[in-house]
Amino acid sequence: MNAISRRGDIRPDRRLRFPALPVADSAGTSFKHEHLNAILAESPQAGFFEVHAENYMGAGGPPHQALERVRSDHPVSLHGVCMSIGGPQRLDRAHLARFRALVERYEPALVSEHLAWSTHETTYFNDLLPLPYTPATLAQVCEHIDEVQDAIGRPILIENPSTYVAFASSTMSETDFIRAIACRTGCGLLLDVNNVFVSATNHGYAALDYLADFPLAEVGEIHLAGHAEQSDDEGERLLIDSHDGPVADAVWKLYEIVVSRCGPIPTVIEWDSRIPAWPILRAEAAAAQAILDRFTARAAGGDHAA
Amino acid sequence: MLLDYPTEKLQPSFAAVFARGLTDPARATPADVVGPRGKAAVKRYNVYRNNVTVSLIDALAATYPAVQRITGVEFFRAMARFHVRATPPTSPLLFEYGRDFPAFIEGYEHAQDMPWLADTARIERAWLDAYHAADVPPLCPDVLAAVPSDRLADLAFTAHPAVCIVRSAYPAVAIFAMNRVEGPITPLRSSTAEDALITRPDMEVAVRLLPPGGAAFLKSLIDGGTLGAAAATAFAETPSFDLPASIAGMIEAGVFTTFHLGDRS
Repeated sequence: MNAISRRGDIRPDRRLRFPALPVADSAGTSFKHEHLNAILAESPQAGFFEVHAENYMGAGGPPHQALERVRSDHPVSLHGVCMSIGGPQRLDRAHLARFRALVERYEPALVSEHLAWSTHETTYFNDLLPLPYTPATLAQVCEHIDEVQDAIGRPILIENPSTYVAFASSTMSETDFIRAIACRTGCGLLLDVNNVFVSATNHGYAALDYLADFPLAEVGEIHLAGHAEQSDDEGERLLIDSHDGPVADAVWKLYEIVVSRCGPIPTVIEWDSRIPAWPILRAEAAAAQAILDRFTARAAGGDHAA
Repeated sequence: MLLDYPTEKLQPSFAAVFARGLTDPARATPADVVGPRGKAAVKRYNVYRNNVTVSLIDALAATYPAVQRITGVEFFRAMARFHVRATPPTSPLLFEYGRDFPAFIEGYEHAQDMPWLADTARIERAWLDAYHAADVPPLCPDVLAAVPSDRLADLAFTAHPAVCIVRSAYPAVAIFAMNRVEGPITPLRSSTAEDALITRPDMEVAVRLLPPGGAAFLKSLIDGGTLGAAAATAFAETPSFDLPASIAGMIEAGVFTTFHLGDRS
């Protein structure tokens, strides 16, 4: 992705405030404020950190101080949670401006958002809500992604959702919809492997079929996370994308399959509630790194895993 | 935010239909929302309802930990649920949410025997605003020394972005301090009115108890009044107001960032 240099004419005298650290072939974690001291005690840590953009949209204070300290030694991935790209109404211009300011301030290696919506009219629902897949919603989503990419001057990665319901009005499969988004807007994709597993279970299809149909060539980042289990109206398993525990064995298996097909891709372990001590989260990232390293070595040795 | 898609006027969008029931448990699952292969979607749609309500109650609990400690978790979550349903957020920034919660608490039927609870919440709200406020260095302690004494009364100040004053008819500062942190709670027998000064001159938010007259004095200065006018306001409210101590206190607490010679009034 060289969009920054391509658009360098916007700010010709632009100087990097932070080192341009690479994320290629590496695994990182969600950055949680409670881990700051543990992280800094052995800084720099291997890999990189991903932050939820909205947590750094205040004017100042400890959140920015913490992120500046982490960013000075590590690459950072900026993950937006509430742009509401998947909704029918126009994007919140003030929110877009704040997002752009964060991209400029922290020079993240990766920038991503969700295929979901969270605001309707003036109400913010604080959840990643689903959308029907139709030519009309596709046009709206693409318009929104174009607007975000124009605002920040670089491509964004769009994440596949985890969903609990479908829409009778949908006329496209999720993978066709996502492929069309990438094709029309030039955005990259963030493949959340846990979301694939959760949605496949909830909708009764095979995760491997979904992955076979997913445009893996466009994937610029992978997410892994834990999920919780409930039951649906028929008493069958309904998985919840809870981000509150370790990555499930089945998700690790799927991850290995994805990496074997795509080669190493920057990977984030997400853990957002019931947050463990730093060494536990770091160990999850190390497990992902071990898988990435296996396929990095293969790629370097010319033994292309197919 | 304006809806600029004209189709919205003709028929409600999928989002309008989906959104209606999210904070209204009495509504049925939207007809277009289904499970796979003809499965029902009642519990499935309820996952979203639950995510919305629980995550917003959690957001209020994160902003108002002392209020939750005072009321207990069960009472707090019931109270917060009413507020979330009546007043959901209008900004995607969760640290902005709950600005109306202190006023809601004041009118909440089951909190009428805790009349100091709303002011405790106001201090917690100010604490979070100070936490996220812009980083500006406060006035150096010695700068006022260079001002000729006959001009001191004409000085006006610019408030630090983190500064807030909460005036209470109850001992809200003591109640806040006791419940904001883990630790023993001793019975509070005071019924003294207490005014709080919230500041963050560097990275630590500080909540101070203001002396009598201090709140009137600082409010006047924050509103742009001169030192002379602010002192007059404070003395009018509190004849025993200690002006030198309050000036020293406001500098030490980092209430202001700059000063200039204001209009004599």
